[in-house]
Amino acid sequence: MTDLATFYERMFFIRRFEETLLDLFSLGKLVGTTHTYIGQEANAVGLIHHLDPDVDTIFSNHRCHGHYLAFTDDAFGLLCEVMGKAPGVCGGKGGSQHLCKGNFYSNGVLGSIVPVATGIALAEKRKRTGALSTVFLGDGTLGEGVTYESLNIASLWQLPVLFVVENNHYAQSTPIGLELAGSIAARGAAFGVQVDELDTTDVELIDAAAGRAVARIRETGAPFFLVLNTYRFSPHSKSDDQRDLAEIEERRTRDPLLVAGARLSDEERTAIEERCEERLAETVEAADAAPAAAPGVAA
Amino acid sequence: MSVASGKRGVQALNESLHAIFAERDDVVLFGEDVLDPYGGAFKVTAGLSDAYPDRVLTTPISEASLFGVAAGMALRGQRPILEIMFGDFVALGLDQVVNGISKFREMYDDQVTVPLVVRAPMGARRGYGPTHSQSLEKLLLGIPNVVVVAASECHDVGALLAAAVEDERPVFFVENKLLYGRTIRRPEDGHIGELAVRESGGFYPALTFSATGFGEGSATVVTYGGMLPIVLEAVTELVLEHEIFCEVVALSQLVPMELDAVLESVSRTGALVTAEEGTLTGGFGAEIAARMQEAAWSDLRAPVRRVAARDGIIPSARPLEDAMLPSVEDVVDAVMSLEASR
Repeated sequence: MTDLATFYERMFFIRRFEETLLDLFSLGKLVGTTHTYIGQEANAVGLIHHLDPDVDTIFSNHRCHGHYLAFTDDAFGLLCEVMGKAPGVCGGKGGSQHLCKGNFYSNGVLGSIVPVATGIALAEKRKRTGALSTVFLGDGTLGEGVTYESLNIASLWQLPVLFVVENNHYAQSTPIGLELAGSIAARGAAFGVQVDELDTTDVELIDAAAGRAVARIRETGAPFFLVLNTYRFSPHSKSDDQRDLAEIEERRTRDPLLVAGARLSDEERTAIEERCEERLAETVEAADAAPAAAPGVAA
Repeated sequence: MSVASGKRGVQALNESLHAIFAERDDVVLFGEDVLDPYGGAFKVTAGLSDAYPDRVLTTPISEASLFGVAAGMALRGQRPILEIMFGDFVALGLDQVVNGISKFREMYDDQVTVPLVVRAPMGARRGYGPTHSQSLEKLLLGIPNVVVVAASECHDVGALLAAAVEDERPVFFVENKLLYGRTIRRPEDGHIGELAVRESGGFYPALTFSATGFGEGSATVVTYGGMLPIVLEAVTELVLEHEIFCEVVALSQLVPMELDAVLESVSRTGALVTAEEGTLTGGFGAEIAARMQEAAWSDLRAPVRRVAARDGIIPSARPLEDAMLPSVEDVVDAVMSLEASR
């Protein structure tokens, strides 16, 4: 059992990590792009602790930092990777969207990752490792046809895939009403895949639902389609945000950090936050001092 | 796993698959309609699912995903062989190839490998029409970090396939459809028919044919796969009717492009013709021409000539199809046109 304080600490660290990336962009210390997870932290934190990083796999998407941190806890490797530093987890070759460490993978083309995660599940099933293959989709991913081919294959072959749809209601700048028809949950059900759907930022509710989903896959070997309705407070990437401020403010009243933080004492919360700030500062300092990735520079 | 002469291409490939399956239990083959008794659209997998029911999977018609499924399996230590029923359908999987399969190893800083094989029947001359006849190799040639291998009837096709399965890199294995029904003709005592033949080393060898026993020649024709018999016929015609003696290089590894055998041959002949069944623009011949003028300008007495299909569709009606595709006469004409520069 992971306790609420631990959940809070993980969520707060992801939040501050992502905010720090945006700050580093402003300071000119980062180039390229990033897609922050700010607002969605409860999904990664509530779900991923049910997975065993030594056995289970995750295939994530462009918005992968929260998943990566929750699965690997490797903030230094991630920050170096995003900053183009040699000790980055992929030596600076992948950058923000293209991460790989142990059983964690991410890639930057929406939909592309879904069949790969399905193939991973097929391989692990054949090897009888008991591994569960988790893949993170968003509402935007549901526009890509391979998603449905993969659902069909995973159901047909009864593969241990956990499809997690983080519906943050926007595909880049396009609101869901302009990009998606029909029901998200029904998409999973149509393929005979077990579905659960939540509309919450409460990490404890997500934890419970994810625990049930993971247990069911482990028990049956069959895929599961978990829909997590969520919201990102930050822009799609850096400054590309034309959403209604009132909408964002309303959503912020349900900030997962507020929801979980309210259940902790001020003292406990402050101690956690100070610990995270300290760790983050050390990570930034170390990454800043690390050598830049360059041809011939080894980590 | 060496294949003697005399077998048909489909039999050689089928026997190789059976041998590969017997040797490695991490090999899985999947594709559309590959189960017995059907055994695949071209029967290359015949008997395989009866012998290995757990390792041969028939799939939905979902090429775009199947490439990704193969990638996922390869990332996790399996050796998938994906059969694409018609090579034309490779187009459906190109996102996986361009943005995943070819990238994972390098962009993940060598933490992973993607050892998969995609078997793709390509080629025309069977009247299958515009979307079931193409030779789309050129779409793959420009993608870094993939290997494209093409079997010809003079190669040890079974050994090529076995090498592809052993390869740590993603391999496209191109099977010209006409190869299935053709008889394999391997060199015997350094000859195939009247032509002297040398085979390079490596997993995917190049064959060099000479009409003069590797003495002086008039031109080199470089080709691969299903164009080889057409080129060999042209070379024979050039000897018999025009007393022009050529060399032919049949590559089996199209990319990464290694042209040692072509350079060596051109050093003897001084002229080069490329011959491919795919359409002309941006193709195999174009890349070879560019590389050869960089590497062997002083050996070339004339510009490289390309023989290829016209830039258009492959019509269904046989006379229209024949008019579109490169022919024996096209190869003869290309070599003859170089004679003026001698």
